[in-house]
Amino acid sequence: MVNSTLNLVWLIPLFPLIGFLLNGIFGRRLGDKAVGIIGSGVMFFSFIVSGYLLLNYLGLHQTGAEFHTTLFNWISVADLQLSVSFQVDSLSLMMVVMITGVAFLIHVYSIGYMNGDEGFARFFAYMNLFSFMMLILVLSDNYILMFLGWEGVGLCSYLLIGFWYEDDENASAGKKAFIVNRIGDFGFLLGALLIFVTFGSFQYSEIFSQLEGYSVGNGTVTAITLLLFVGAIGKSAQLPLYVWLPDAMAGPTPVSALIHAATMVTAGVYMVARSSFLYVLAPASMTVIAVVGAATALFAASIALTQNDIKKVLAYSTISQLGYMFLALGVGAFSAGMFHLLTHAFFKGLMFLAAGSVMHALANEQDMRFMGGLRKKIPKTFITFLIGALAISGIPGLSGFFSKDELLWQVYSSPAGGIWLWLVGAVTAGLTAFYMFRLIFLTFYGEARWKPDTIAHESPNKMTLPLIILALLSVIGGYVGVPALLGGENRIHHYLEANLAKLPDDFTTHQSHLMEFTLMGISVLIAMAGIFLAYVFYVKRKELPDLLAAKFKRAYNLSFNKFYVDELYDYLFVQRLITISKWLWNIFDVRLVDGLVNGAGQLIMVSGRRLKKVQSGLVSGYALSLFLGSLMMIGYYFFR
Amino acid sequence: MLPIEYYLWFAAALFAIGVAGVLLRRNVIIVFMSIELMLNAVNVTFIAFSRQMNNIDGQIFVFFVMTLAAAEVAVGLAIIVAMYRNKKSINVQDMNLLKW
Repeated sequence: MVNSTLNLVWLIPLFPLIGFLLNGIFGRRLGDKAVGIIGSGVMFFSFIVSGYLLLNYLGLHQTGAEFHTTLFNWISVADLQLSVSFQVDSLSLMMVVMITGVAFLIHVYSIGYMNGDEGFARFFAYMNLFSFMMLILVLSDNYILMFLGWEGVGLCSYLLIGFWYEDDENASAGKKAFIVNRIGDFGFLLGALLIFVTFGSFQYSEIFSQLEGYSVGNGTVTAITLLLFVGAIGKSAQLPLYVWLPDAMAGPTPVSALIHAATMVTAGVYMVARSSFLYVLAPASMTVIAVVGAATALFAASIALTQNDIKKVLAYSTISQLGYMFLALGVGAFSAGMFHLLTHAFFKGLMFLAAGSVMHALANEQDMRFMGGLRKKIPKTFITFLIGALAISGIPGLSGFFSKDELLWQVYSSPAGGIWLWLVGAVTAGLTAFYMFRLIFLTFYGEARWKPDTIAHESPNKMTLPLIILALLSVIGGYVGVPALLGGENRIHHYLEANLAKLPDDFTTHQSHLMEFTLMGISVLIAMAGIFLAYVFYVKRKELPDLLAAKFKRAYNLSFNKFYVDELYDYLFVQRLITISKWLWNIFDVRLVDGLVNGAGQLIMVSGRRLKKVQSGLVSGYALSLFLGSLMMIGYYFFR
Repeated sequence: MLPIEYYLWFAAALFAIGVAGVLLRRNVIIVFMSIELMLNAVNVTFIAFSRQMNNIDGQIFVFFVMTLAAAEVAVGLAIIVAMYRNKKSINVQDMNLLKW
């Protein structure tokens, strides 16, 4: 379908690309002020275009419309015809508006946060490049262009995690993220290639239109979906490839907010939702996704309980929330997962930025044991952080409540879900509320435990304004999806579902309103209980946490040391790899490769040393050989 | 007229003597003379075939060879004289500087 307005979609990624080129090439000469204006300005233009397109799309009153725009031919080899082309539909538009909006706010925040940093221009160039790649990822209408964006955001993630590369720890955190992601990308690429082998195309619409010939549970489709999910596991930090995300906190805080909370890590969720037509044909893969998601949600939340680093808590919280989204996707509630992705981008982006503001106030202190009592000192940061924490805990009226509740209800009522998966989700919700308010109480309440000579000060407006806007979005963002039960229409569900697949079996949504109310009440109660417990533990009776930690020492240590997963991976994979590499170095490289090269040289030298004796300098000797040589030649012609 | 085999055997014998002289003798002048011997053996062969075939080309070749031999003697003897001034010897085995 052709629509002149929606064909403007190419403008959306173009602006960040221009920003990247300007800041990357002329950044140092432009000066920090111009760099900041260009960096956030291009995102603003992108956002305006995206918003305009969304309004246009909504104005069509045509559910499930898909628009394709081809920019140019990219690869054209034999049967393979690939073009750089974009697909505009409800799914990609939602992502684009969210990405450009949140990215714009975070870019503005970064002007304040990165103020005076030596790599100011480099930072904005990377951030613009990231936005460009992320937009390519979500706008693409085929798996290969998506893969380009997929790799591109991974590259930017690596560059930005190791942004302060003088510090060895940051550089290795970047490498870890890159390498772990590579494992997932391998699965993604294999999945994409298997798609091409099976369907003869990389384009979504061409693939999905061929699916009618495939029955539910088809082996090839199951293999494809599982391989694609491996990619999602890597990118979206799920078990067992989540280990890179907590380390990724080494990067500047706006990076954590944009890449490792709001956008890049949700690429896996988006990709699975985009491939939903494939996934509904593979119930086995769906089960794997649901189980991995639920396990990750619970696992990461249990680690977040005991971490002392403010950003690490948020990182594990992100992993846990991503697990939630996969849980929803796994039970076939694609729109609920995407809804949670949207609200999560708001409140988690908000909390990361607020954490950055806290660090800004305390001279880059990240350890919560050296915080406390900041409520009065940095009130704007406190209020916005509190709103974010309330939203993620699922307090009624805030965005997190609507998305989380929708999600949990779908998990319960889905034919692929059930009470057990719901229970895991509900317990995780309780843990989430607890660790979030542990963070709030440790940071903002109680006595000040700052390091000496710290003067806490509120951040400049450039930083607090994005916080306030995001806080506002965290409050009202949920009202696009008010469930029917509470008198709403669940607009976002109807908006998204037209471009998403449906499970063959019906959801038991209308099973019972009483049940839905009960479950909603229970999850709210669990969240309240979590907050109350945190209050008791960290405000009322501060000796309790230590007492409990001493009593359940083993469990506490397990959580505090992140279940020793890093150590386990180090032992199982890293050390093995080092052993193999050393063997290859000592045997293969030193002996074989070097041996061959040096041996060739030695051979020439030794034979030369032997052969030089022939040149004796005796004329009669030469004459003899001349004579014998001519005899042999004559003999050859004579006797042949 | 003698048959051609006589001339050829004679030339071959002369050539063999020349080769032996070049390979075995140490005196440079003798070596030099042996080379002349080999050249003249070839000349004899040329003349013999020229007569046999009634073709003048062989005899023209001989003139060329003789001219060349004269030039060679001029250069060669000059070298030997220069050699003797340096080494005070005309032994072939003393002329072995050009080696590894």
